[in-house]
Amino acid sequence: MNSLAAIGRYTLDSLRALGHHAFFFWELMRTLPTSLRRPYFAVAQVHALGNLSLLVILSSGLAVGFVLALQTYYALATYGAADSVGLVVNLSLVRELGPVVTALLFAGRAGTSLTAEIGLMKAGEQLAAMELMAVDPKSRVLAPRFLGGIVAMPVLALLFSAVGILGAYVVGVLMIGLDPGNFWSIMESGVDVRRDLGNGIIKSIVFGVICSFVAVYQGYEAKATPEGVARATTRTVVISSLTVLAMDFVLTALMFSPR
Amino acid sequence: MPSEPARPNLDGPSTDALIEVEHVSFGYEPGRTILNDISMRFVRGQVTAILGGSGCGKTTVLRLIGGVHPVNQGSVRFDGEAIDTRNAEQLFRLRRRLGMLFQFGALFTDLSVYENVAFPLREHTDLDDAMIRDIVLMKLNAVGLRGAANLRIAEISGGMGRRVALARAIALDPELLLYDEPFTGLDPIAMGVTANLVRKLNDALGATSLIVSHDVQECFEICDYAYIMASPGVVIAHGRPEELNASTDPQVRQFIRGEPDGPVPFHYPAPPLAQDLGLGV
Repeated sequence: MNSLAAIGRYTLDSLRALGHHAFFFWELMRTLPTSLRRPYFAVAQVHALGNLSLLVILSSGLAVGFVLALQTYYALATYGAADSVGLVVNLSLVRELGPVVTALLFAGRAGTSLTAEIGLMKAGEQLAAMELMAVDPKSRVLAPRFLGGIVAMPVLALLFSAVGILGAYVVGVLMIGLDPGNFWSIMESGVDVRRDLGNGIIKSIVFGVICSFVAVYQGYEAKATPEGVARATTRTVVISSLTVLAMDFVLTALMFSPR
Repeated sequence: MPSEPARPNLDGPSTDALIEVEHVSFGYEPGRTILNDISMRFVRGQVTAILGGSGCGKTTVLRLIGGVHPVNQGSVRFDGEAIDTRNAEQLFRLRRRLGMLFQFGALFTDLSVYENVAFPLREHTDLDDAMIRDIVLMKLNAVGLRGAANLRIAEISGGMGRRVALARAIALDPELLLYDEPFTGLDPIAMGVTANLVRKLNDALGATSLIVSHDVQECFEICDYAYIMASPGVVIAHGRPEELNASTDPQVRQFIRGEPDGPVPFHYPAPPLAQDLGLGV
């Protein structure tokens, strides 16, 4: 009976948490039109979040490009298909690694920063002060950050992929000595802008929604204590990363099929 | 000789009260009562203090007046209108008529002193930058910090922060000013300055002020009327400062004089010490 009660309690708690997330998401969406009327707040967040993550995104993209080119070259050279290194690296980056790794890095860098900032604003009663000034903190603080994350993510993912391809060029063409013409032309003929690049961008927008939502939600719902903010920051990374990975599988299954 | 401040009428409807708290009971969670059937009235134009020890529920009264939480029983009325926390439109409309000073200022740390005071003006008015600048500088001048307008929040002291928060609270010339522990953590000079400002601003704006504090003497110097609360969330006395000073009620006397023991015991309820130590019981 106790285990039955525990299962029931767990189910009810999970449903309650799900409902709370859904209601919070709805509330956030409801404030978006108001936020869009004052776009400079969201633009400032795009700038802040983008800048915050730019260095780590660019350096990771370059490193991933280097390694991917090397590993792909080792595998393809066995079959005499080394000229396709550019194509394979490009597809891997644009379809998968660009959006996913950018989202994971974004959650760790900008997401934690958002959660901590909002959590500390709550702990310092800044959000309560705003409410008592008849200013809705969801509209004034959360929505611009949420929007900023959604806009910044695809830009960062594109930069990640672009720098990764440059990295692959450096390793494949400049270091290994592959033909630069083949490197670019095979890549150009094998990559479909709508199917590959377009779906990659859609993925990164979805991941932007996930990471930004989790970050602002955790910040807003954090307990107003140092431990509460610390726990919320950790939860942001864990929940964002797992949700991004799960959603990536779903999106890949929906978007890509054999031609 | 100045006339005596009006005494709030606690029986029946009152037109002289801006805020009426009627038989309010409240708890943050079921089974844990913070306020126990309390009634208070805050007369227009007066400075009223709510005094009491830590944890007796005085800050909760402010939160209920601000509509942060719904009451469990009773009602809180703002200018005759019952506050309904589910009605966001009403809540925001009423909140535009009040200014609140938080215990530690609650200033926006990413904005400068100037931008903090300008915040409510930018959010609620269509005034141009030149007009906002004039108002902000006037408000900062009123609290003596016009020269600190361009400083960051991290660059000012706690006392200055409290004054900046006060300037922000009066930016829209509110009818009601709520002060949550305005004197906590201030040095004697800053405390005197803040107390003086509370009184002067109330009179200059023609506002109604409500101070929640446990600094009895500071409050008695500037308030017209005071309520004294005690655990578990009840009002044990109310009156003008001189009446409360002359009170013979042991609990009121203990609080006002700061006596360590009395009706409010020094020890938290516990079994006898000998029993806890296992000595011959």
